[in-house]
Amino acid sequence: MTARREVWITGVGLLTCLGEGLESVWSHLERGDPPPYDDKSFAPYVVHPLAPMSFDKQIPKKSDQRQMEMWQRVGVYTAGLALSDAGIAGKPELLDHTDMIVDAGGGERDIAVDTAILSGMRKVAEPAAFLNERLMSDLRPTLFLAQLPNLLAGNISLVHGVVGSSRTFMGEEGAGVDAVRVAQARIAAGQSDLTLVGGSYHGPRWDVLFSFELTSSALRGKFAPVWDRGPQGGLALATLGAFLVLESREHAQARGARPRGRISEVYSDRNLRKPGDIEVSLRRQLEVIAPQVDRDHAAIISGASGLEPATSAELTVLKEFGLPVRNAGTYIGHGVDAQFAANIGIASAVLEHGKLFAPAGSGDTGESPPALSQIVVTSVGNWRGEGLAVITRAE
Amino acid sequence: MAGPHTRDRAGRPVVAITGMGVVTSLGVGKSDNWAKLTAGTSGIRRISRFPLDSMRTTIAGTANDVYKNYMPPAELSKRIALLAGEEAISESGIGGKGHFPGPLFIALPPLEIEWPYRIQVAETAVPTGEAGYPDLTRVAREPQFAPISDTIRYGIIGEYVAAHFGTEGSPISLTTACASGATAIQLGVEAIRRGECSAALAIGADGSLTPESLVRFSLLSALSTQNDPPEQASKPFSKNRDGFVLAEGGGALVIEDLDHAWARGARVLGILEGCGEKSDSFHRTRSSPDGKPIIACMRNALADAGVGPEDVDYINAHGTSTPENDKMESLGVSAVFGERIRGIPISSNKSMIGHTLTAAGAVEAVFSLLTLEHQRIPPTINHHVPDPAIPLDVVPNVARDTRVSRVISNSFGFGGQNVSLIMTREPA
Repeated sequence: MTARREVWITGVGLLTCLGEGLESVWSHLERGDPPPYDDKSFAPYVVHPLAPMSFDKQIPKKSDQRQMEMWQRVGVYTAGLALSDAGIAGKPELLDHTDMIVDAGGGERDIAVDTAILSGMRKVAEPAAFLNERLMSDLRPTLFLAQLPNLLAGNISLVHGVVGSSRTFMGEEGAGVDAVRVAQARIAAGQSDLTLVGGSYHGPRWDVLFSFELTSSALRGKFAPVWDRGPQGGLALATLGAFLVLESREHAQARGARPRGRISEVYSDRNLRKPGDIEVSLRRQLEVIAPQVDRDHAAIISGASGLEPATSAELTVLKEFGLPVRNAGTYIGHGVDAQFAANIGIASAVLEHGKLFAPAGSGDTGESPPALSQIVVTSVGNWRGEGLAVITRAE
Repeated sequence: MAGPHTRDRAGRPVVAITGMGVVTSLGVGKSDNWAKLTAGTSGIRRISRFPLDSMRTTIAGTANDVYKNYMPPAELSKRIALLAGEEAISESGIGGKGHFPGPLFIALPPLEIEWPYRIQVAETAVPTGEAGYPDLTRVAREPQFAPISDTIRYGIIGEYVAAHFGTEGSPISLTTACASGATAIQLGVEAIRRGECSAALAIGADGSLTPESLVRFSLLSALSTQNDPPEQASKPFSKNRDGFVLAEGGGALVIEDLDHAWARGARVLGILEGCGEKSDSFHRTRSSPDGKPIIACMRNALADAGVGPEDVDYINAHGTSTPENDKMESLGVSAVFGERIRGIPISSNKSMIGHTLTAAGAVEAVFSLLTLEHQRIPPTINHHVPDPAIPLDVVPNVARDTRVSRVISNSFGFGGQNVSLIMTREPA
């Protein structure tokens, strides 16, 4: 096996309901103010939309913006933030060998077209012929490209000029973990020097809520912290973009880039989600990393989504492990594919500020340890996706 | 034969292929596919699965041997993946029943709620009148709709396939548009080279033909509309080519550290020598007019394999039959291979099986390896009107028996995704 190289986080891009950029997200988390949420627009569902914003800063051409749906705009914008944060934006000599692993959802529907077809079909003798006719005449030709998962990466190449390798993973939260895992492993093994990794999600849409309600998963009624959403729990779906620039230490030092943290271990796992499976999976992963955890100076940022029984199962294991716990999902909502990268980004801010953010809800326990230098970031997805990463202050 | 710890020119583990499986419109399994492919048989036919009213394109390379009754893309893609995977694993003889000793990398189409389900939920939500998403959402929790979620999760097919074969760890489902199948292989090669695993299962599967998918590609003017006769529509590199033919299929490869394959006495079907990749930032659906990204992609693959253009003696083309792709690919291979290009056969499997989209890179890797095994190059059929702007030896219409020792297989996709693979028969 190739000698493992140190992998640094040299750029973080975040776009959340709390604002854009790591610092604005951090200042909200630090204050512990209640998060902005919307329980009216999609009532009875609770969602975390973005505040109104312009995408012009990172996607200057309106023609590019028009070719994307919201999830892509959020992703391309956030990728731009990460590239700028890393100091590689607009530098073709670096972007030319910047690799990319995106975890994408995609599939935004044209709700007006779908609604007209569903309603119109009922009035015609031949619904299948009607469907063809309406699709041929009503679908925007470019909508397809705005739905394709790999066109988030495609648009990042187009708008920001990231043209090394490009892979798009699919598979909800678990794919978000695997994207980071493979990106980290490639750099550690010398298969890449510089990789942009992350994803985006646009949850506050009726077509997404419909999909999640097929498994009774969307949060309804009253907002509550992730840990305190009752026996069935629920996902407060968010608009969320999160990208990280990962880089070999050598490459970063050669160009004078500063590390926001070091990402030393990433694990993912597959289990069938039978009762007890989540606990077994997380315990096994925590046992593997335990020898490397500096227990007096470490904490956990949990990726619990608010769905039950997964959230309680995770909390049981985290309590056993015994480190202080925070969950940023209470503040930024659940952004599925983007959640793990977002939590790693937030972990880097925690390390930089040397303290945990304000607790919210019954599972956020423990005080910030002195000289906090290590964060374990976990993921427990809405149906699969158990994983974790260890982020350490880089010296 | 090299000893233990066999390494390639760059000092990395050598990656062997020890099992292959394939499903296309020509049939299920390697032997049926290879016989038809080398006989120049087309699998393109008129679509019988749904009404074709208003459609400009009415043909496709449908996997009719697999499709039964109504199958949503998730189900058909899964079945194709399982069939191809079964064949590959069985040939390889690796692992045991329900246990494959390595990870799964699987290229798949994106999934979404299909119209029949949307209609079904709407009927419950609002039996008459206007039915909107809020109405659908309101009744979605009813238990009879829960199974729909198994047709839409992006990770669901990978989950089933991983469970079925007992692969290790978290399965990786991926898409890089028309390069996806090649990307799955590439991810497996990289994992073996990193020493993470001794074997991996790489699959590309696509069963995504629906009225809406046909409309989507049609609206992008990507599809051939020369519907009659169907089998003559896909004509890569011909002057009268007018678009690709959408198709279904799947390819699976067991890739394995050569030492591991030898140690268990496995038959080595070929060596995956190199993978190259280069993204294009020119346009969402068109490649850069100077061809630089696809040229860099092929050169990256050659460099990764540690060989030069002079070492390649067959090109398994992306060859979609669109005016744009075939012109750009011709320009690209001419730049990479220089004067020699006139002497290198280049053929497109898509002339017979159509464009299997997400699966294409894996399907065509299997056919490239069969080309090496049989020393016979499948033809580019329907080549009756050569394009003077494409001065290539496209192996027109009839298969050719010739010496082939090293193949480059190209996959170029929407979103500027380009991957090339280099395969040989024997370790260098």
